[in-house]
Amino acid sequence: MWLLNSSIGRKLIMSISGIFLILFLLFHMSMNVAAVFSEEAYNTICEFLGANWYAVVGTLVLAAGFIIHIIYGLWLTLQNRKARGNDRYAVNATPKGVEWSSQNMFVLGIVILGFIVLHLSQFWYKMMFAELTGNVSVTLGDTFVSPADGAAFIKYYFSNIVFVILYLIWYVAIWFHLTHGFWSAIQTIGWNNRIWMNRWKCISNIFATIIFLGFAIVTITFYIKSLA
Amino acid sequence: MDKTINITLKVWRQRGPQEKGAFQTYQLEGISVDSSFLEMLDILNEKLINEGQEPVVFDHDCREGICGMCSLYVNGHPHGPDEDVTTCQLHMRKFHDGETITIEPWRSAGFPVIRDLMVDRSAFDKIMQAGGYVSVNTGGVPDANSIPIPKPDADEAMESASCIGCGACVAACKNGSAMLFVSAKVSQFALLPQGRVEAARRAKAMLAKMDELGFGNCTNTGACEAECPKNVSITNIARLNRQFISAKLKD
Repeated sequence: MWLLNSSIGRKLIMSISGIFLILFLLFHMSMNVAAVFSEEAYNTICEFLGANWYAVVGTLVLAAGFIIHIIYGLWLTLQNRKARGNDRYAVNATPKGVEWSSQNMFVLGIVILGFIVLHLSQFWYKMMFAELTGNVSVTLGDTFVSPADGAAFIKYYFSNIVFVILYLIWYVAIWFHLTHGFWSAIQTIGWNNRIWMNRWKCISNIFATIIFLGFAIVTITFYIKSLA
Repeated sequence: MDKTINITLKVWRQRGPQEKGAFQTYQLEGISVDSSFLEMLDILNEKLINEGQEPVVFDHDCREGICGMCSLYVNGHPHGPDEDVTTCQLHMRKFHDGETITIEPWRSAGFPVIRDLMVDRSAFDKIMQAGGYVSVNTGGVPDANSIPIPKPDADEAMESASCIGCGACVAACKNGSAMLFVSAKVSQFALLPQGRVEAARRAKAMLAKMDELGFGNCTNTGACEAECPKNVSITNIARLNRQFISAKLKD
């Protein structure tokens, strides 16, 4: 199967799964921004995405996307280290025009993955997972809340400066990952030429920044609200 | 009288493919800034021979940036710190008095060291043999303009064909990938009507060979393009990806 046996095939899977995850981020960011304007609206979305069959199917597809992206990332990285050989250069200089993120995608991926584990344990585990196991209320600090009360979760976690900073670091890692990942995915599919190269890179930067700002605004807004 | 500089060289010495190599330091005095980098190495080797030592082995041939034979990873850059030139076109005026210059061979699993600074780049020949040609014998030179080719296509093909196969892209790539080389060679044919006929087969065959020989997977860092002495663009890689994917989808 050429998707597994050839380097371009493997990269194509990395590219498609990456674009899929990018689209998910866009959705997740849009949904979060709703919470800034109306907590009720946000909770409506949370209810919609609870233990309903379509939300569960969506979650499974999403999890598959993540797992494929991670496994392929690991596989490609190991192959590339092998291709690089055991002998390393004594003197290394990064050539002009090479983005820092492009050479550290794997490290950024590990950082992002670490935060995903934290994020899932804080939100998903107590929300969708709790609903699936039939819990009608979960503990959040000293209080009990409904697993569908997403706004309560945001308010609780983002009132803690430690989590706010950790989440902001996470968004920065995602920003770096996306600035390279977006245009690189397009390049791998082959939709690129001399004119579009710079356009895609520019679109990547803008897109990554929009995603970053969307997530960051929610986090910061709720922290400021918690101070008041 | 020319301006001269004194330099310290840290040169990778390795007696054979299986033996362990190490850096050796040499002092050179009174090197003219007008001499080329390889002339400087010639001076070093003459000195070593006169002292009864083994000269440093390095690849070179035309010394005018066409043949793709010279290599050398100089101070962290394939073909040295100057832009868009091969090592043989690099001059000592790019270095300053008292500088330590580190010279290493290309390092990549696909390019094993033969001796000192010389590496085995026959993997590129094998990739070319897998499909880097037009297989129909077309006889003598056809009349000019008997096959009309748009000027932009001709220019693009010419730029892709400027790849001299030196291997700097592989040397610069953190993934040891040969995609810039393969994509340039695929593009130079695919852009012209004579080569387009076999384009799909060529892309598949050359890429399969590249993978088989253990080169890495491209992650689009662009280090190859930045270090390429001929400025071959990574848009060639996009073209190869496009051709390979559409060829496989048609199968």
